[in-house]
Amino acid sequence: MRHDDTRPDDDGVGSGGSGPARRRGAPPGAGTEPAVRRGDPRTRSGRAADPVLRAVGLSRTYGRGESTVWAVDALDLDVPAGQTLAVTGPSGCGKSTLLQLFGGLDRPTDGEVWLGGRRIDHLGEQALARLRRRAVGFVFQAFHLMDELTAAENVELPALLAGASPRAARRRAADLLDRVGLTDRARHLPAKLSGGQRQRVAIARALVNEPLVVLADEPTGNLDSAATHEVLRLFDELRAGGQTLVMVTHDERVAATADRVVSMRDGMLADDTRLDDGVGSGGSGGGPRRSGASSELGALLGWEG
Amino acid sequence: MQDVVLALLAKEPSHGYDLRRRLAAALGPLGEPLNAGQVYVTLTRLEKAGLVVQEREDAPVRGPRRKVYGLTAAGQERVAAWMAEGVGPRADVSEFHLKLVAAAESGLADPLALVRRRRQELMRSLAEAQRAALAHDANSEAGLLLEGIALRLQADLRWLEACARTWSARASRGNGGGDA
Ligand SMILES: Nc1ncnc2c1ncn2[C@@H]1O[C@H](COP(=O)(O)OP(=O)(O)OP(=O)(O)O)[C@@H](O)[C@H]1O
Ligand SMILES: [Mg+2]
Repeated sequence: MRHDDTRPDDDGVGSGGSGPARRRGAPPGAGTEPAVRRGDPRTRSGRAADPVLRAVGLSRTYGRGESTVWAVDALDLDVPAGQTLAVTGPSGCGKSTLLQLFGGLDRPTDGEVWLGGRRIDHLGEQALARLRRRAVGFVFQAFHLMDELTAAENVELPALLAGASPRAARRRAADLLDRVGLTDRARHLPAKLSGGQRQRVAIARALVNEPLVVLADEPTGNLDSAATHEVLRLFDELRAGGQTLVMVTHDERVAATADRVVSMRDGMLADDTRLDDGVGSGGSGGGPRRSGASSELGALLGWEG
Repeated sequence: MQDVVLALLAKEPSHGYDLRRRLAAALGPLGEPLNAGQVYVTLTRLEKAGLVVQEREDAPVRGPRRKVYGLTAAGQERVAAWMAEGVGPRADVSEFHLKLVAAAESGLADPLALVRRRRQELMRSLAEAQRAALAHDANSEAGLLLEGIALRLQADLRWLEACARTWSARASRGNGGGDA
């Protein structure tokens, strides 16, 4: 996935400048420079790994006075490098708002957002747009592919916008479409693809600039169970490769595939559960899953003796 | 049933009629088959086991005098242990439900904390099921079984959401339980 093309608009926050070797097979965080060291004075405290994403006292309100809606309410959250995090909670609890704040698509009313060790909530529009392009990959429920572009062109587009050469963009798109199992559909328009295939194209597109984090809002919301299965398998591969991923979902079965699940209520965190045995923190999220006999499944069958 | 009856006695000593009324309120139509005799049989067993004692007799305005039961020290210990232990991966809905009712009523545990813990247990089980499911072909026999297990866990988790909603609404109204 490492590419030799130059990155003209690299602003030092995108993954380009900081230890992308992390994604190449080996356990993330092992022997490589943490991707998020620079910029944030708080990250020099000597902890093992610094968060890729951090919310500090984060709030986003809509409206004023009596009718103020606290979509996100003084929320603190760290997402370590390599972690896959699921955000769940009832409709209207602020999940999408949180994701938009994390991705620089929206600005907080109060508090801070840190991405890759850099505070982003008060960046100017241009810097923010550049940052989104380079450091964040978005996946949406409704796919948001360009109808008039082929699958491959959809994947290439963000690479071109980030300054990659057409040749490099093409090569990266081909790699990624291969990775999501759609090489034979590369020249199809979205209309000719199933929902599951469209979402896999959207995931390839989200990955094309090797983002620090992939943010996915209800990525399986429009998919049936077979297509959901494919997307989850893909996410699991990303997880194993050390990709930091935050997904919003109301499907518990989707959330259960993450390393960690937080649930929100009224703009606040109501619960925080580790599903990866809680081994270490930060960069250890990409290690192999616990394997072998599953005690919990045995207990479900009632065969635990 | 023994544990539930014990837990309902934790708040204050009661007579069998009261206990039956509380159980019927908590169980709705599911509690209809429950008769006074069953509650008394349970109380008698608990008494033999040294977990409850007859404390005194109520003198109601009218009707027969009623035996009032209270917890012994051993009974209190057993209730506390029951509150603290998880209900296990295959617990049915009514069992956990009664635990929440009894927790709120007795004040021995926070129903929301029990919901939170149960949710974590179920999420971990679901995580196991989903990891296994992702490693299997969805159309294989194993994949089919895993899908069934995952769907049932999901249903349990959704019901827990409803539990969290209801019990947090009650907590904020300041009536943890006892309303029939
Ligand atoms: N542009 C807006 N103007 C006013 N209120 C908004 C706006 N966007 C969101 N809200 C409010 O903020 C709260 C959180 O919304 P948000 O979309 O983040 O919820 P959600 O958890 O993603 O819900 P869902 O599961 O239904 O997608 C809601 O009460 C919503 O009505
Ligand atoms: Mg939403």
